[in-house]
Amino acid sequence: MMLVYGIVTGILFGFLLQRSHVIRYDVQLGALLLKDMTIMKFMLSHIVTAMIGVYVLYDFQLVQLSLKPTILGGVVIGGLIFGVGWALLGYCPGTSLGALGEGRLDALWGIGGMLVGAGLYAEAYPYLSKTVLTWGNYGKITIPQVLGVSHWVVIFCMTVLVVLLFRWFEKKGL
Amino acid sequence: MRNRNGWNVYVCGVLSGFVSIGSIWCVGKFFGASTTFVRSTGMIEQIFSPDRVASMPYFLKEMPVIDWQWMFVMGIAVGACIAAVLYQDFKIQWVPEHWRERFGLSVQKRAVVAFLGGIIAMFGVRLADGCPSGHGLSGGLQLAVSGYIALACFFIGGLIAARLLYGKRGNSL
Repeated sequence: MMLVYGIVTGILFGFLLQRSHVIRYDVQLGALLLKDMTIMKFMLSHIVTAMIGVYVLYDFQLVQLSLKPTILGGVVIGGLIFGVGWALLGYCPGTSLGALGEGRLDALWGIGGMLVGAGLYAEAYPYLSKTVLTWGNYGKITIPQVLGVSHWVVIFCMTVLVVLLFRWFEKKGL
Repeated sequence: MRNRNGWNVYVCGVLSGFVSIGSIWCVGKFFGASTTFVRSTGMIEQIFSPDRVASMPYFLKEMPVIDWQWMFVMGIAVGACIAAVLYQDFKIQWVPEHWRERFGLSVQKRAVVAFLGGIIAMFGVRLADGCPSGHGLSGGLQLAVSGYIALACFFIGGLIAARLLYGKRGNSL
């Protein structure tokens, strides 16, 4: 049953990704060249909407959070490496499948590369888990925890900031 | 590059946010994509050397099985395909437009760079423990510190590499 939920959720998400065109190489590179902020608009609209919804449900104890630990070594070094690969490929892991779905077949090479990359990482993991992945481990922390304030304060500020950012994007025609 | 035949991106973002809420509420599943590549590679390697895969720590951590996220990632391809066909947006293309303007028509050239980019991207994303979906969307919406640091690093790495690839002025794109 879980698998059915998975595919249905994926279809809905893929449909919206295609309709907003964020799965395109040109749009992804446009973001990295600071010419086209479509991806930021999509991601931040998603984040703000889901953040409000999920934290309401969380306050009523209807959902549990699933946080990833903040390990600076892994997140910073891995994040930067990913960024370089992302610019070369022009798709991220999720959008590569979406791009394939709308006929952008160059995504196939990327998907092949990503499978190889996953294999290489699996080989390197025993070494990395003893080194990089032990550097700066702060555990599963959230911004409200670090600031010592209610999550609603952070959500309010974030929402205001995102709205202002969107207005700026539209003014600049990005 | 304006969005000619597409929907308003804010509307799509908000709607996808509701899909995310529904998934978290109904089945407790947060969006993510990159673990699926690990599981798939594990499944492929299993065909050739099952004993070795069974003893590798990373494949013990991320078992080579089909799970919710695996189906979610396949669903993205199906959903995008349905939308593209429905709205006459489906197009077979081996070389993206921006790429063609900068690097020419060669399919091989694009293939080599996309393949290498894929290797680098996946290695980095596993080290970071999440992709723009897992860290960016799911981490971001939970206000996770890791999500925002990851998102910043994704863009910093990407901005530098894109600038090197396309030149300072983005090659008049």
